[in-house]
Amino acid sequence: MSKEWPLWEIFVRGQHGLSHRHVGSLHAPDAEMAIKNARDVYTRRNEGQSIWVVEAAHISASSPSDKGPLYEPSESKVYRHPTFFDIPEDVGAM
Amino acid sequence: MSTLYDFALRMGDSTLILGHRVSEWCGHAPVLEEDIALANTALDLIGQTQLWLGLAAEEEGTGKTADDLAFLRDAWDFRNALLTELPNGDFGRTLMRQYLFDQWHLLMLQALQGSSEKRVSDIADKAVKEVSYHVERSRDTVIGLGDGTPESHKRMQDALEYLYPYVGELFTPDAVDEAATHEGIAPDLASLRAAYDAAVADTMAEATLTLPDSRFGHKGGRTGKMHTEHLGHILTQMQWLQRAYPGASW
Repeated sequence: MSKEWPLWEIFVRGQHGLSHRHVGSLHAPDAEMAIKNARDVYTRRNEGQSIWVVEAAHISASSPSDKGPLYEPSESKVYRHPTFFDIPEDVGAM
Repeated sequence: MSTLYDFALRMGDSTLILGHRVSEWCGHAPVLEEDIALANTALDLIGQTQLWLGLAAEEEGTGKTADDLAFLRDAWDFRNALLTELPNGDFGRTLMRQYLFDQWHLLMLQALQGSSEKRVSDIADKAVKEVSYHVERSRDTVIGLGDGTPESHKRMQDALEYLYPYVGELFTPDAVDEAATHEGIAPDLASLRAAYDAAVADTMAEATLTLPDSRFGHKGGRTGKMHTEHLGHILTQMQWLQRAYPGASW
């Protein structure tokens, strides 16, 4: 067994209605302590309403070498952006 | 001096001395996360000290401030519980001391929320939220280390045996405490003991630690009659700047 505590990724929701946002990572022996540590490390200045923690090992990430097939096909498809509509002025900023 | 002055001094001196002790870990804790957590706890306690000693200074009515009380009194004037001035030892002993104090602190503050003195209940309302978290954290760590490896278990058992004789003082009223109870400022200290014993027994069982049989309790800190030899050493560090450069400020 490794003597190092596992790494946890920390997500904090700043306000009601917003999504949880990744704020950083830390080490902790278990999920409960990870939440406590996150409280001390990332929410000391009143940043948080809610904390999620997930063990970093459980996150699957896309590979940088797949960049082409994953993202490039959308570059040539401008019609996927809703930029061809006239917005009435009354609507204001969207 | 009034009962309220004595009472506020006792509360404020305990949070001051423990806050200073815990701050000694800053930059030295075994992992970064614990370092920050301990510093937060120390800061909470120092913040509460400002309120308690501020109240004591106000009650004294000679124009002194909380800072004057913290930095310009000598060891025999301090009224902190002996438990708070004991050396940190290793990380486990520090957290054991923290848990034994936090558990008392929480019960005390919960009772003080019903104080007849509004300035006391206001401080308790604010502090109880911080202390609820302190006890959650120290309790988990005591359980984690007690029920951990053979080495951590042994260290926690040693810490408990070293510190437990200093617990009794927290529940032993003297004339000042009785007056505070009589005036409705504070609860009867002895009345908190049953809930404390139940909570501590529960925690130690989960931590696979054995509470010492003896109820012997060192005392003399809260009355100021006799501190341990450790308090003077804390003050030489804590008060050094104000002693060397009287009146220095930012």
